[in-house]
Amino acid sequence: MNRRHRVRFPALIAASAALALLAAACGGGSAGGGGGGAAASAPGITAHQILIGSHQPLTGPAAPGYSEIAPASNAYFQYVNAHGGIYGRKIKYTYLDDGYDPSKTVSVVHQLVLQDNVFAIFDGLGTPTHLAVMNFLNSSKVPDVFVASGCACWNNPAQAPETFGWQIDYIREGKILGAYIKKHFAGKKIGYFYQNDEFGQDGVKGLDYEIPKSQVVSRQSYVPTNTNVGPQVAALKAAGAQVVVSFSIPAFTALFKLTSLKLGYNPTLAVSNVGSDPLTLDGLLQAFAKQAGKAVNGAALTQGIITDGYLPSLGDTGNSWIALFKKVHDTYDAKAPFDGNVLYGEAVAYTFVQAMLKAGKNPTRASLVNAINAGLPQGPSVAPYAFSATDHAGITGAYIGVIKGSAIAPKTPVYVTGTSATSPVTVYSGSQEPAPGSGMP
Amino acid sequence: MTLLRHASAAIVAAVIIGAASGALSPFRNFQLAEVAVYVVAIAGLTVLIGLSGQISLGHGAFMAIGAYVAALTVTHLAWPAWAVLPASAAAAAVAGAPVGVAAARLRGPYLAGATLMLAVALPSLADKYPGVLGGDQGLSVAITVPPGLGASFPLTRWQAWVCVAAALITLVALANLGRSRVGRNWRAVRDDEVAAALAGLNVGRLRVLAFVVSAACAGLAGAMLAITTTLVSPGSFTVSLSIALLTGAIIGGLGSLAGAVWGALIIVLLPTYITNLATSHGLSTALAANIPIAAYGIVLIAVMLLFPGGIQAGLRRLARPAMPLLARLRPVRLLRSLPMSSHDLRRHPPGSEHQEEGTI
Repeated sequence: MNRRHRVRFPALIAASAALALLAAACGGGSAGGGGGGAAASAPGITAHQILIGSHQPLTGPAAPGYSEIAPASNAYFQYVNAHGGIYGRKIKYTYLDDGYDPSKTVSVVHQLVLQDNVFAIFDGLGTPTHLAVMNFLNSSKVPDVFVASGCACWNNPAQAPETFGWQIDYIREGKILGAYIKKHFAGKKIGYFYQNDEFGQDGVKGLDYEIPKSQVVSRQSYVPTNTNVGPQVAALKAAGAQVVVSFSIPAFTALFKLTSLKLGYNPTLAVSNVGSDPLTLDGLLQAFAKQAGKAVNGAALTQGIITDGYLPSLGDTGNSWIALFKKVHDTYDAKAPFDGNVLYGEAVAYTFVQAMLKAGKNPTRASLVNAINAGLPQGPSVAPYAFSATDHAGITGAYIGVIKGSAIAPKTPVYVTGTSATSPVTVYSGSQEPAPGSGMP
Repeated sequence: MTLLRHASAAIVAAVIIGAASGALSPFRNFQLAEVAVYVVAIAGLTVLIGLSGQISLGHGAFMAIGAYVAALTVTHLAWPAWAVLPASAAAAAVAGAPVGVAAARLRGPYLAGATLMLAVALPSLADKYPGVLGGDQGLSVAITVPPGLGASFPLTRWQAWVCVAAALITLVALANLGRSRVGRNWRAVRDDEVAAALAGLNVGRLRVLAFVVSAACAGLAGAMLAITTTLVSPGSFTVSLSIALLTGAIIGGLGSLAGAVWGALIIVLLPTYITNLATSHGLSTALAANIPIAAYGIVLIAVMLLFPGGIQAGLRRLARPAMPLLARLRPVRLLRSLPMSSHDLRRHPPGSEHQEEGTI
């Protein structure tokens, strides 16, 4: 036994050494990035290229719908590259799959920053996923711009000076939805259905700032890993909620709708923007019904859902922004449906190009952060950005609309508000500039 | 003597890896630390399954315990790494003891089900107590390079050093434990409980001990993960983590510590490698994202078909013809003189019966 053992244990050393050598062999390849001479003003920047990275759910539970966002951003970058780039440099956008799993996010973002030497992380998607890398990005001084999530946690310039939000945060969204419901459904019984994390809790916080507590008859939450929402829907029905406000991702908006259909419950449904894209919902409703051996008309089920929008409505074909993004989509990303996710991806890419142009001809990581801190012009969003040195929240307002056909039909003017309980929800007095004819900021 | 031999082998490995880490890019150092994390967790699990014959689908939960203990002791008590790691292992061991007592009474699918429940339920405690455990956002772990190493010493290299050192110490400890009386008793219990009990072994106590040792390893791995990623959140300890550990143990070879190293290498490096390969060959990112998942499945199937005993058993089989002399000198194992039951045959298909005993 001893004899055999003497032969075997060194297998451990062999394995360890093999690991070290393998890693060393692989490690050699990554060092040679960024050889652009004087033009290489920062990591990821060469004379001809700006390399940026992102983590996206290309597989897994959040992939339906959200996996269209990064290719849409890339489509707009290709449009910019074909029209002269950013001061002559072309944008290269590397987005890696994290499957909406925070431990994978950590791994792929380390790869992007430490191995690929990206200039910035752009539009990293998801609250739990991005939270897992926020510390790392800030301690590594990597710009972490326009996180694809409305968590209020991105707005923390003191501790996270590199991180910026983009879309309207869930507190503001909750307030704007809440103010509309308070006004139009006075005296009605209201129920909440929300995802039990930062996303849903922030949304409920905003709703509670506006809707009187006495009107709320039931508060039901779900976790994304449990697709049985039967108990929650039954509780809302039992409480007699006539209006249900839902802070849910598209899959759970669809599950709520199907479950309530099954229980013969038909409240007025108001859904936060992230969970209300009509085309995504239509597809999910049909897919889920099919799994249960039934057929439904998904589009018909979504009609009349109340929601909010912070980008121009897809149905407004006369809008110059929609026309621009449709043109870019048709040229570079035609395989995807032109839906809310694609609009989102292109609009946030437009904002990034705005920021890069402001960061100067020889951009550095610090100059990009400073450029955003100095404020950005409104661009494709319907309300101004909050960006300043002391505020890293993004879009500050939205309009309320209802789903009509496969688009959101606006019902109100654009409202703007702050994130505190006391800041009022007011009608935005300014107006949106049309998209530039060149399509470039 | 055994201790000396294992320790010197570990020191040689430490010197090689330590020297190599200086030449590695920060990302490779990060991966090195990640591999070390999985080596420890899988080694603990492979001892549990391969040596004591119990299964656990809940080791992700013990990793979570270790990780949260690490986050709390670093944040509130500012403990250094050398104190945080043993404390986390100890905390997971304490948590593992009652689970082990329950587990010792369960068999097969019931044991798997009970431990699976742990993996599902435990991480959501963080959502229940957001004040202490940080809720969904998790807790950040402020790890800094000791000032003695100089200001320019890369953080990832320091993290890799800490994790590799912890992994090597764990491997030496487990190798010695497996070779000790305890390890032999575990194998006796695994192969035939009735025979082991007749031989005077306390079967229940041995099974609980195996569970505690294994949970301690998982807790240590959790603390190493906390140090590597500098964040602890419930999202990092999903059921899929527990399944990944089990997969790693099986691919590497159940009961084999070298197999744990192979399993960890595959779990950490394969997805990155395949994605890079796929994207560099011009595949669209959406397609490339799905390839690692498919490759993972293919590797698992291929390993099980070619080497039913795992990679380490396969390598050993390939190496066997080269060492006919040593094979002939191999002494008859005590346990094989015990009568073999049908139960035994079921667990070890013909041809793979040597798979577990050699390495540990």
